[in-house]
Amino acid sequence: MRRSLNSRWYFLFVFPLFFIFTTVVLVPFCLGIGYSFVTWDGLPLNPKTITGINNYISLINDERFLSSAIHTLKFTLLTIITINILALIFALFVTGNINTRVRNAARTMLFMPYLIGGLILGYIWKFILGDAFKSIGETTGLTSVFFNWLLDPDFAVLAMVVVTTWQMAGYVMIIYITGIQTIPEEVIEAAEVDGAGFWIKLFKIKFPLIMQSFTVCLFLTMSNCFKIFDVNLSLTGGGPYNSSEMFALNIYNEIFSLNNYGYGQAKALFFFIAVACFTLAQVVFTKKREVEMQ
Amino acid sequence: MKEQVSLAPNKRPRSAGNHRSRKRRPRRTLKRRIKRFKRRFKAKFASITSGGPVASIKKGVTYTILLTVCVLYLFPIYIVFTNSFKNRSELYESIVSLPGSFSLEYYITAMEKMVFLSALKNSLFVTLGSIVFIVALSSMTAWMLVRRTGKLSDSIFMIFVATMLIPFQTLMMPLMQEMGWIKNALRLPMTDTIGGLIYMYIGFGASLAVFLYHGFIKSIPKSLEEAAAIDGCTTFGIFWRIVFPILKPTTMTVIILDVIWIWNDYLLPSLTLTSKINRTIPLSTASFFGQFTIQWNLAMAGLTLTIIPVIIFYLCAQKYIIKGVAAGAVK
Repeated sequence: MRRSLNSRWYFLFVFPLFFIFTTVVLVPFCLGIGYSFVTWDGLPLNPKTITGINNYISLINDERFLSSAIHTLKFTLLTIITINILALIFALFVTGNINTRVRNAARTMLFMPYLIGGLILGYIWKFILGDAFKSIGETTGLTSVFFNWLLDPDFAVLAMVVVTTWQMAGYVMIIYITGIQTIPEEVIEAAEVDGAGFWIKLFKIKFPLIMQSFTVCLFLTMSNCFKIFDVNLSLTGGGPYNSSEMFALNIYNEIFSLNNYGYGQAKALFFFIAVACFTLAQVVFTKKREVEMQ
Repeated sequence: MKEQVSLAPNKRPRSAGNHRSRKRRPRRTLKRRIKRFKRRFKAKFASITSGGPVASIKKGVTYTILLTVCVLYLFPIYIVFTNSFKNRSELYESIVSLPGSFSLEYYITAMEKMVFLSALKNSLFVTLGSIVFIVALSSMTAWMLVRRTGKLSDSIFMIFVATMLIPFQTLMMPLMQEMGWIKNALRLPMTDTIGGLIYMYIGFGASLAVFLYHGFIKSIPKSLEEAAAIDGCTTFGIFWRIVFPILKPTTMTVIILDVIWIWNDYLLPSLTLTSKINRTIPLSTASFFGQFTIQWNLAMAGLTLTIIPVIIFYLCAQKYIIKGVAAGAVK
């Protein structure tokens, strides 16, 4: 009696969420694996032809997909570096020996862009890096820097880096701040007494002790950059000539613009495997290097 | 004696803001005094090693750099804001200058074209509805998964955690097919309805919420719940009256993370909501921007409108937001 009552409660508590979760995440995931072996244009009346692993084979020869992969890797690498450096500098500044009120104000301002969604940020910067830069260039004559960035293939990717950095740096800063604040003051004081300068304190004491924050931040920035979609869609739309089209946007276009549902799904599954491998590898790698506080 | 020591370094030049705040302080408690004494001592110690005036100049430089960085950082938002008031010729004359006249003309047009109030209502409804369900259902599930250990609980938890790796792009197409099928075969209105969107957000938000709650519940001792059970409280009562209030810190984290995510999400609503009346703010911004890319002042007014709710939310719940985001990321 008691046992059956217990399992009834268990069912009542766990089942509703698990049911929703299954229908929204698990079922589409399994369906997606099926769709990836099929050629279909998305119209319900048209036949779905099973083509086996053909979709995956044609991935290798798809130039647009490969170039989007290269863009994504380039973008991710650049952005991880810029975000983490900027965020670390911000965090060191903000946790430095300054007035609490100034500190809080600075933190508030630097964090703000993260809350405004990627789509809106993309539109804001589309104006600044596009028309505003062009008109500044025309009035000041500095046309080597101030021109419409979004029309140049290389600079369009760079524009993505700038906007994403602007969005994420404040967020990553918060994580570094939390890390820096957990360093006990005695450790820093002891180092000062021993005559450690600013750089020695930074590299020999602070950095090893915030190794965990590094793991978290690298993990976060990498997965966020790799999966970037909103900023890509609103800022460059993949253009000019698909030169700034990232993975996620490429998949979206393949499915919903070119109507290659089966092939697009194969790409999406490849994307999932790539994301999973990257993140798992990184977690394993950085977990090894963490310094434990004794 | 103590007073003398703590007064002496007061003559060192400090920033103006600091001075003012010190004067305004009426009484000094002992705790504060000790704290300040410690700080002064450290400052003095530092000034011996690096030279007094140099340290204060250094501090001034730090403040200046920090302020400049912050102002530069928010410059894009300033540009959006000022240009939303300018007329066309003014806008192309100078983009960074302040507007000559303040007219709300573009705001009114933008509000009409974006159907802003309806979009705001939809966004609020979707965000609130999803979060209420995510918090309630996830905390219940996580509690059961922690308290009733066993193979079933472990594997359910593992499934929740493992699926956090799946990017949305992998699920979007099959999800839409499935929802379309449910709509046709079972006559449940899953697509193009706010309710259907909320349902999907619950599914996508479940993993992270369960994960966060699971971690927190593991650290709570069981004794309170056992005492309540002896007193004759039902399982349902135990959870809502005793456990749920203890979970408040995690609940705040979940709420904050989900508000940021759902409020700004574009892709999922763009796939589910097709009719204009159901549009959320990101959707109406996107369609508005698609039409008026050349009329920048109008577009900027639209963007300002969409940013305002976010800023209000940020200023109201700033403390919780920063704490929640930090807590969510570290786990």
